[in-house]
Amino acid sequence: MNLLDTIIKAAPEAHIVTETDGIQIVAVTPEELPAAAQALAQRPEGAMDFLYDLTGMDWGEEGLGVLYQLESTATGERIILRTQTTDRERPLLPSVSTLWPTAEIKEREAFDFLGIRFTGNPDMRRLYLREDWKGYPLRKDYDATANELTLDNEINADTTEEYTLRPDGTLECHEHQLFGNDDFVVNIGPQHPSTHGVLRLRTALDGEVIRHVDPILGYIHRGIEKMAERMTYPQTLAMTDRLDYLSAHQNRHALCRCIEGAMELEVPERAEYIRTIMDELQRIDSHLLFYSCLAMDMGALTPFFYGFREREMILNIFEETTGGRLIQNYNVIGGVRADLHPDFCNKTKEFIVHLRQVLPDYHNIFTGSIIAKTRLEGVGRLSREQVIGLGATGGTGRASGWANDVRKRHPYAVYDQVDFEEVVRTEGDSMARYLVRMDEIEQSCRIIEQLIDRIPEGPVRTKTKPIIKLPEGIFTASVEASRGAFGVLLESRGDKSPYRLHFRSTGLPLVHTMDTACRGAKLADLIAIGGSIDFVIPDIDR
Amino acid sequence: MNYYDINSLNQSIHGTLSSLMPEGLAITLEGIAVGLLIIVLYALLAIVLIYMERRVCAAFQCRIGPNRVGGRGGLLQVPADVLKILTKEIISLRHADRFLYNLAPFLVILASIFSFACLPWNQGAEILRMDIGIFFVLAASSIGVLGILLAGWSSNSKYTVIGAVRSGAMIISYELSIGLTVLTMVLLSGTMDIQEIVMEQEHLWNIFRGHIPALLAFCVYLIAGNAEANRGPFDLAEAEQELTAGYHTEYSGMHFGFFYLAEYLNLFITAGIASTLFLGGWMPFHIPGLDGLNAVMDWIPGVVWFVGKTFAVVFLLMWIRWTFPRLRIDQVLTLEWKYLMPLSLVIVLLMTLCVIFGLVL
Repeated sequence: MNLLDTIIKAAPEAHIVTETDGIQIVAVTPEELPAAAQALAQRPEGAMDFLYDLTGMDWGEEGLGVLYQLESTATGERIILRTQTTDRERPLLPSVSTLWPTAEIKEREAFDFLGIRFTGNPDMRRLYLREDWKGYPLRKDYDATANELTLDNEINADTTEEYTLRPDGTLECHEHQLFGNDDFVVNIGPQHPSTHGVLRLRTALDGEVIRHVDPILGYIHRGIEKMAERMTYPQTLAMTDRLDYLSAHQNRHALCRCIEGAMELEVPERAEYIRTIMDELQRIDSHLLFYSCLAMDMGALTPFFYGFREREMILNIFEETTGGRLIQNYNVIGGVRADLHPDFCNKTKEFIVHLRQVLPDYHNIFTGSIIAKTRLEGVGRLSREQVIGLGATGGTGRASGWANDVRKRHPYAVYDQVDFEEVVRTEGDSMARYLVRMDEIEQSCRIIEQLIDRIPEGPVRTKTKPIIKLPEGIFTASVEASRGAFGVLLESRGDKSPYRLHFRSTGLPLVHTMDTACRGAKLADLIAIGGSIDFVIPDIDR
Repeated sequence: MNYYDINSLNQSIHGTLSSLMPEGLAITLEGIAVGLLIIVLYALLAIVLIYMERRVCAAFQCRIGPNRVGGRGGLLQVPADVLKILTKEIISLRHADRFLYNLAPFLVILASIFSFACLPWNQGAEILRMDIGIFFVLAASSIGVLGILLAGWSSNSKYTVIGAVRSGAMIISYELSIGLTVLTMVLLSGTMDIQEIVMEQEHLWNIFRGHIPALLAFCVYLIAGNAEANRGPFDLAEAEQELTAGYHTEYSGMHFGFFYLAEYLNLFITAGIASTLFLGGWMPFHIPGLDGLNAVMDWIPGVVWFVGKTFAVVFLLMWIRWTFPRLRIDQVLTLEWKYLMPLSLVIVLLMTLCVIFGLVL
């Protein structure tokens, strides 16, 4: 039974709205959503078990709604469910968090920005904004002057709210206790050496043992999605590099692909090669930093400098061609900003030879160390079902046996022309997450080696009009960023700026796994697990 | 035979002073002079050790280390840092137990100075000499953990409490191994007087005399000593990446400086006791039978031998610190209670048997 039939069998009123990039968008009513979602999640011919992303939308007159991007881990089929409610005063939608645990945190995001309450979600607190924030910023009728700058401390509630709908249509609110009075709650962050940014983990401890972790997000929330709604398309590109700054190239690649796809713009082959090589260099850069930071988090400072020594060389290569080291602003709509520096190919080749020579040192000093082994092995184990349910893509998912590499599953750029392995391990512990990334460095080297001598001659950029307008519709694109699947969902109303631009954060599902991974572990393990799960905060907060 | 014995010098100074003034006053003056000497030496050694640590870790980490202040070697970097820390404000916390909070750094530094005073620098150059010397060192150094616990508790912060509890659990556990390995050497030497332990090693250092058990004891001592000094991979009491700075998170200025100073001096004391017990203290390197070599060795002053050996051990400990990741608290305790302590007991037994049956060299 194909996907549409599965939905229609459970939800007779469902119908296809449109199609984007070969993915059907199917509208279902809120009443039928639970049945349709359940039918998809438990479909015998390939369950749609991966909720790729959940995007809250404000369609103005048509009401508020949500897009569910679903994917089957078995068959790779994708579909988008669309549901909406016209009630703007009290928008209610049923929660799907029992089917896909990752929805728990993403529904919080939709509530935070659009005020949609999800009945049955056990945690309906705000996610990024302050708990006393007035209004919902992504609504089109949001009053930006409603909130004055407050300088007083935000008091975090120790309870969460769950709403259920009574048969007579009234709301019922349950409170769940997150932290009790006798819990020893330690704040890890927002200013802390090993949260790698302004992340705050409220951690309930029992001696050294972790009972519960509650991530408090939003300390670096910049409202990038809101800002993008007022920018022209080329301007929105500048935002992507500032999400996950260790995946700057890949993020921008995703948005460029999305816009190019909507414009039906052909990208020159030379640009595709350059983008692929840059993506892989960026991945090596990110994984070297991962190695450094994981080692440092565990108290080994010497490996930290090893990683940074080699990363510096990548940054120099980036700088020569793009002018930027961390934020490169290199991809543009239709190609890349400028041609490669004449030394680029030689330096990259030299760098890969050098990296191959020093990688054994990395393993000697850290991987082989008995203390690193005992600290990482068996710590923070996540099962395959857990990572799929929580949507933890990238190295974290692959360490638990879930082959989720976008480069393999939905190839883009020139990834279908190169030979590389998708590194998958089955242990699911911190050691596996670490080793997956170390092995990916070698695979990235392989990809670059295959491409670097084959870069075709030609232009690096297709000329576009100075003002870019996209046709009406919903467009998506995803790439494999350094730490997981990064996606863009763009709704256009035919203007020169997007009606809604949503980024699938790679880090949000990762930070959501912290509670699952850390329960019962020691405080020192929390740092090791956090380091091995590898999130970047600006990407989570957006 | 030792050319650099300063016992006679000590006695002549004492004799001169006594002839000039009443003996009580002379002893008081000498006490003050020696006290000043300890404090100056203590501060100087800390500067040297911090400089050494920066240089050594820079070398391990493919860096240069301090190279700006005071010429290319950066020799004035640490003195500049010392001056800076002296000028910093000492913060007082609102909800802290004021008395204990201020007392804690002094307890830590006191413990460290007590043990420091027992080190045998040269023949005749020990400050505190008693016939239970090594036992006194063990007892005095244990006061330090009290300071750490008080610092963590009185700061009224969650991070510091966790750090203090970790430190307490760890130091008290590792005290056992240290005690047992020291006991091994006491068994070999037959005395607890530090100077006599050194004198016993005139012909051969203890690590050679006691061969297998002594070598094992040396390894156990180094591991446990590293833990006692709260240094990596056992630095979980201050575990920067977990607890920001552990038990001394809330201290600033010179109060923090005392913890910092004590940490480095504890490293030196650990290494100094190791070189005294196992490597002959100030005793030159002698091989029985090779009188020519022994005579040449005797020309090198004892203090050079002692400081040289101690710094060699310090280097070893720094090497360990800059190589390994940090252990977790349960792993630290498992290592001690399941492996090191039983091993130390076996070593004591082995050494006892060796001594009884005359199997030592």
